[in-house]
Amino acid sequence: MDDLLREFLTESAEHLDTVDTELVRFEQDPNNKTILSNIFRLVHTIKGTCGFLGLPRLEALAHAAETLMGQFRDGMPVTGAAVSLILVTLDRLKSILGDLEKTGTEPVGNDEDLIGALEHMASGPVGQAAVPAATQPRADIVLPPPVQRELKPGEVTLEDLERAFMEAEGPDDLAMAMAPAPLPEPEPVAPPVPAPVAKAEAPAASGGESEGGVAKVQTIRVNVDTLEHLMTMVSELVLTRNQLLEIARQHDDSTYKVPLQRLSHVTAELQEGVMKTRMQPIGNAWQKLPRVVRDLSSELGKSIELVMNGAETELDRQVLEVIKDPLTHMVRNSADHGIESAAERKAAGKPVKGTIRLSAYHEGGTITIEISDDGKGLDLSAIRRKAVERSVASQAEIDRMTDAQVAKFIFHPGFSTAKAVTSVSGRGVGMDVVKTNIDVIGGVIDINTQLGRGTTFTIKIPLTLAIIAALIVKAGDLRYAVPQVAVLELVRVDSTTAQTVERINGSPVLRLRERLLPIVTLTGVLGQEQNAETIDSGFVVVAQVGRQRFGILVDEVFHTEEIVVKPMSSKLRHLSLFAGNTILGDGAVVLIVDPNGIAQQVSQGSQAGGMPIEAEVEEVADTDAKATLLVFRGGAGSFKAVPLSLVTRLEEIEASKIEWVGGRPLVQYRGRLMPLVPADSSIEIRSEGTQALVVFSDGERAMGLVVDEIVDIVEERLDVEISADRSDLIGSAVLRGRATEIINIAHFLPLAYDDWARGTRKTETRTSTLLLVDDSAFFRDMLSPVLKAAGYHVITAGSAEEGLSTMITNGRIDVVVCDLDMPGRNGFDLVAAMRKAEGRVAALPVIGLTGSIGPEAIERARGLAIIDLVAKFDRSGLISALSEIQVVPLANAA
Amino acid sequence: MMQAANTNTTQAEAGATNDFVTVFVGETMFGLAIDRVHDVFIPAGVTPVPLSPPEIVGLLNLRGRVVTALCLRRRLGLPARVGDAKQMAIGLEQGGETFALVVDGVGEVLKLGSSTHEPVPINLDARWRDLTLGVHRLDGRLLVILDVDALLAFGAPRHAAGAA
Repeated sequence: MDDLLREFLTESAEHLDTVDTELVRFEQDPNNKTILSNIFRLVHTIKGTCGFLGLPRLEALAHAAETLMGQFRDGMPVTGAAVSLILVTLDRLKSILGDLEKTGTEPVGNDEDLIGALEHMASGPVGQAAVPAATQPRADIVLPPPVQRELKPGEVTLEDLERAFMEAEGPDDLAMAMAPAPLPEPEPVAPPVPAPVAKAEAPAASGGESEGGVAKVQTIRVNVDTLEHLMTMVSELVLTRNQLLEIARQHDDSTYKVPLQRLSHVTAELQEGVMKTRMQPIGNAWQKLPRVVRDLSSELGKSIELVMNGAETELDRQVLEVIKDPLTHMVRNSADHGIESAAERKAAGKPVKGTIRLSAYHEGGTITIEISDDGKGLDLSAIRRKAVERSVASQAEIDRMTDAQVAKFIFHPGFSTAKAVTSVSGRGVGMDVVKTNIDVIGGVIDINTQLGRGTTFTIKIPLTLAIIAALIVKAGDLRYAVPQVAVLELVRVDSTTAQTVERINGSPVLRLRERLLPIVTLTGVLGQEQNAETIDSGFVVVAQVGRQRFGILVDEVFHTEEIVVKPMSSKLRHLSLFAGNTILGDGAVVLIVDPNGIAQQVSQGSQAGGMPIEAEVEEVADTDAKATLLVFRGGAGSFKAVPLSLVTRLEEIEASKIEWVGGRPLVQYRGRLMPLVPADSSIEIRSEGTQALVVFSDGERAMGLVVDEIVDIVEERLDVEISADRSDLIGSAVLRGRATEIINIAHFLPLAYDDWARGTRKTETRTSTLLLVDDSAFFRDMLSPVLKAAGYHVITAGSAEEGLSTMITNGRIDVVVCDLDMPGRNGFDLVAAMRKAEGRVAALPVIGLTGSIGPEAIERARGLAIIDLVAKFDRSGLISALSEIQVVPLANAA
Repeated sequence: MMQAANTNTTQAEAGATNDFVTVFVGETMFGLAIDRVHDVFIPAGVTPVPLSPPEIVGLLNLRGRVVTALCLRRRLGLPARVGDAKQMAIGLEQGGETFALVVDGVGEVLKLGSSTHEPVPINLDARWRDLTLGVHRLDGRLLVILDVDALLAFGAPRHAAGAA
């Protein structure tokens, strides 16, 4: 195959892809002359080149398509049928091009069917005109701004083409047989020689960027292999530089240092530059999607809008290649499974047109891609059922799993909950491949789904695979590199210091901020001999993979280094514990540990009964949720605690002042009688000496909680084990290393005043229903009684999703109090979703609870019409904020 | 050490000759087709790979490339060498990857014709039979020709189940 032909193939493939996208746009916007001209020019170019290269079959087809488009240009109404026909023609063109690429010659075949149909359509404008295009229901695709591709060197401007087109014989009377003969002069575009035209125009066009159509940025095509080779060489250069730096570190000779510094800089810049050449906008992977969605929506009879954001986000072409197919697959899935039929949508009260939203953005060293639809969401109960049916998991396991874990079953091979297999999907192939592909490039995928509201897939992938930051550690006699992304922190452990490794049935664990962290030794997972005593000292690399956290015990930790990832030898690729290898600054080869592989080993160990793993669901979320608690001793020496924010005062009173009225203990407190309630039934109210009290008050009422001794005030990250059987306790938690019971104030308040919880004061009129959304059960339980006491009917929700669905299903909610710092979809997301919803939900007043009120949060809150921000423990602030907004819903109700 | 050098007399009889790099493992002399040999070097700084197939010694840095080193002794099922005499390595390429074959020593290049070539004796150990292409009768000793592709065909499948 000669170069000219190869060049033609590459270009034509690109042109056809562009035409695909443009046509779909054009269908939406039949009056847009720019798009039509764009399409026309591209098809014309292909036709011209085909004639030049002597490819009659392609030329005839392109000609017929061009003729029809010529009719559009002359005012023929654009119909869906006509566009479909052209799209089919483009597909045929592509398949011929495919064969051409394989064999080097045009395949034999007959395109009379298509040509006939195209000519028929082109010649019958009157019949077609009867169907107005605009009223046809079909996919509405919102695309990024029109493809204003700048001309490449050798291409010609539209105006030139137009002129040539006009001067040449019209397409209608151009006989097919004489194809190669009357070539319009400026058409031979294939040779990549910069034409003088383009050169001359380049300076003239400066500034007119959005106009397009004129060559401004000079580009050349470079073979991918050349780039790959360049990349490899730069990687080597980086390694050599590192080696030099290592040597320079050992010698004090400063004459080296300056040129070395310079070399180091240049290398870094070179590396960056070469990396850049490998970067491509993610839009390249999305190019086919509008067409895919259009075809699907007509095939499935659904109306689907595809919204794409961040198409310009760049990532490594290697990564791009890998995610291309998964993305297409997921969009197809969303269109097929996610979006309901128009009738179903109408019945569910949603807009008839479904929306699939694709967005991409950079976040640190990773790129995040989101694919969301507003369809029916995953049917988690069906998935649970199916998982049991397929024996993927036992019923008991399923029952313990969170929704997020259950949703991940769709990535299991052969797992499809589609009721019927369609030509599009439902065959149970695909999602597992999606997961595999994303795993391969070190990405993670998360699902957020809500029945009836839609599903969002979030994919996080590294920008590039070639160079990563890694922590160099030593285990046994060997050094290893651990990818920095997976490392949360390092903990030094030693049998003589506070941080010690403990064992449960031989499995090592570490107490880390009052949580148990399962530990594996690196030498252990690598199957090497390990000494019993070495396990007690060294460093624990705390790693997180997905939601699983574990510690890897190593002997020594050196430093962090940018390493060039080299693939494992084919003989070693089966070792899932290694992600590759690299050469360090000192020239030594080290293995790169794959945290995914280790995580697998850790959990496999647990299945065998050895290692307790944490299925980290709450854990990650709670890291910031520190609470200040008052710890006291009450009842049989046990420790109890209550959030300090609920406490009004701490008192020590003379036991003699305690009075008994009607069998109830009371004290005179600030001119009023305050009832006393023991914090535990075993506490005896003292009759002499002093008695410690924790005073809670609300408005004019106060209650004294009788305790044995006030111990301490601690600020800790709370991790409460909820206990179900005792109403006086919320649960227990580890505080300062002691098991401590967290008491439930809601239990004690009614003991002091029968009517406290019922809120009989002047609250008769306030029967508003309040929805409290907070991920922490602790805060929910803590705030509920307070809010109830203030006269609200309180409904709680543990997540943004739950909150939203409660709002939708429960029409009685008047006000929403929402924790803004929740994990996953946080409060802001929730409010944003509310504001987008229909009807009363969008207008509900919201008070945000937040740990820290910064200007940014205030700004965001204002944008979402959040009425007030209240610090998380500011109970009275919350009540007063509530009472202020009270006016509005009541006025509405009245 | 190089008795083989003076046995290079038979080449005249045969039309076509082949060049072999000779290597030693214990007392046995092996030949490797010269077009497969890229380098001869002293292996240094080998990083062992835990859990790897037993034939693999580890990875080493050969002028900036990471090379997988395998031990001919282990590949042939021979006992490990006693003492710590210097070892040599032969750089072999297969499918774009470089491997280092660790041997006890490297001899010189021999030009041999088909006249001294013999098929693999049928009584040879099955493992050896799979790895050899034939034997050359040299003066006073035999040269076993190794099949480079067969040498490098080992590994993954056997271990895949355990490591997955």
